[in-house]
Amino acid sequence: MRPINAVITGIIRETPTITTLRTDIELDAAPGQFVMVWVRGLDEIPMALSHPGSITVQRVGEATEALSRLDVGDSIGIRGPFGNGFEVKWGGEREGVEKGDEVGKGGEVRKGEEVGKGEKDGDGKGNKIMIIAGGVGGAPLLPLAQQAHSRGLDVTTLIGARTADELLFEEHFSKCGAVSIATDDGSKGHHGFITGAMDQFNLAGFDQFYVCGPELMMKSVLDILQAAGLEAMAQLSLHRYFKCGIGVCGACTIDPSGLRVCRDGPVLSGDLLIKSEFGKYHRDAAGKKIMF
Amino acid sequence: MSSTDLSIQLTGLELENPTILAAGILGTTGASLKRMAGEGAGAVVTKSIGSEPKEGHPNPTMLKLDCGFLNAMGLPNPSYRDFREELSIAREGGVPVIASVFGAHPDEFAEIILGLEGASAYELNVSCPHASGYGTVVGTDPVLVEVITRAAKQATDAPVWVKLTPNVTDIVEIGEAASRGGADAVVAINTVRGMAIDIHSGYPILGNLYGGLSGPAVRPVAVKCVYDLYKALDIPVIGVGGIGSWQDAVEMMMAGASAVQVGSAVYDNVNIFSEINSGLSAYLKANDHSLDDITGLAHRKVEQ
Repeated sequence: MRPINAVITGIIRETPTITTLRTDIELDAAPGQFVMVWVRGLDEIPMALSHPGSITVQRVGEATEALSRLDVGDSIGIRGPFGNGFEVKWGGEREGVEKGDEVGKGGEVRKGEEVGKGEKDGDGKGNKIMIIAGGVGGAPLLPLAQQAHSRGLDVTTLIGARTADELLFEEHFSKCGAVSIATDDGSKGHHGFITGAMDQFNLAGFDQFYVCGPELMMKSVLDILQAAGLEAMAQLSLHRYFKCGIGVCGACTIDPSGLRVCRDGPVLSGDLLIKSEFGKYHRDAAGKKIMF
Repeated sequence: MSSTDLSIQLTGLELENPTILAAGILGTTGASLKRMAGEGAGAVVTKSIGSEPKEGHPNPTMLKLDCGFLNAMGLPNPSYRDFREELSIAREGGVPVIASVFGAHPDEFAEIILGLEGASAYELNVSCPHASGYGTVVGTDPVLVEVITRAAKQATDAPVWVKLTPNVTDIVEIGEAASRGGADAVVAINTVRGMAIDIHSGYPILGNLYGGLSGPAVRPVAVKCVYDLYKALDIPVIGVGGIGSWQDAVEMMMAGASAVQVGSAVYDNVNIFSEINSGLSAYLKANDHSLDDITGLAHRKVEQ
């Protein structure tokens, strides 16, 4: 597809470094799917959708800096949604949905065999989920929390940031369920990493874990889940250098599976990631390995 | 006799089937190449590798259009020094691994080939349409193509394939130059120069402004190039350009291809190789043909 023209209709300064851009388009996307955002004449970068028509950007480089400087009325090019997205699943009975079903992209219900990652078979589980959001990683997780909450799931969200004023979407997540905070400097909530905030919960009481944030933070979270034997119930959204964004070029493939993060991901299950390059290294634009 | 046997001998290499992963497609890492071998490819070609690390062009680097795909990756690669490890991982896939190499001059091609020792064969990329100083810049000059091919042949005992650009007046002239230089096979075609412009703003969409077209739109162009090369050359022609089904593969072989490469079609299905192979196998069986029977069949029909 050619880029869709998306006109900025609203700008929300979420934190000192994070901005949400609302646009006049609305995409039918599953939580966790991404779009390629084209800043014309400069670059095109993958971004999570924080809402069907919004992206939430942290200033980290040239393209995100340019995005953060846009005004209402300016436009960007959008291609997508791409990738797989998070799988929201439960085993409880809901109107119109049978036990063991799974709700995926665009809200459709998937049956049987596609339910792959740590599913529970209609035993009343799958109702309690933990969302773990580090920094701007909260962007793809907010629509997930909202969707899960609206379908009656019990949502607990852990939000981590460097400081209290960098906490993203605390208010929005609070509307979906319990929220627990961790800040590196202790200015709010647990003083330290988000993994410290996990200690106060009985992890075995949750049916699914959804994680997005800096890779080393996600690795620490996955280590804790693995120690509890829960890695197969974790869905983590990965970041890799994307070129084509549509699963053809191979720039974002991970070792040793060769899976394409842009197409087979960006959401991958914890048990798959444990046996991978995750948390160890990634590749740059030239395909050269960069250690974390 | 088994008419469904798809194995071929290609420039001295044993391939279990004639479908080959094309250069620049899912070939950045050894693990990815291995995965494609597992998806049924008879051989795999790596991403084009150069002498120095290269990040490639800025995004957007690839677009899906109604008629095909437009790309300008810009030859991103980590250099042959960093690619050696990927090459050895790729070889674990159990199928021939062909290293695609690009350079600006004969010595650079030779240096990279020596640096990537252990590949089953080498494919010289003298045809990338959108990287300044490389590719088409050298691939449109028959003298340069001949000299580069000769330098590559002197650098290795392994087979050397030369991938040709269709962005010339007469592709046969370039194919003949490769053949004179000692090429074991030619591969046709690389992408066709193309461009897309964003009508909302007037900006060219690709970061490099223009790029190369692949996919269904270029298949008739590729079929004609392969047809002409088969007629003129005594070395095998490997057909590539828009192949996405067994019917496409049969057509390309009838034009003269001894084997086919598949690229953009992985977009729809990474298992495309197995799919093409099973269709091809059923077709051969139903018609009591061998692969040799169909390679170049169009020429024999015309001569009758």
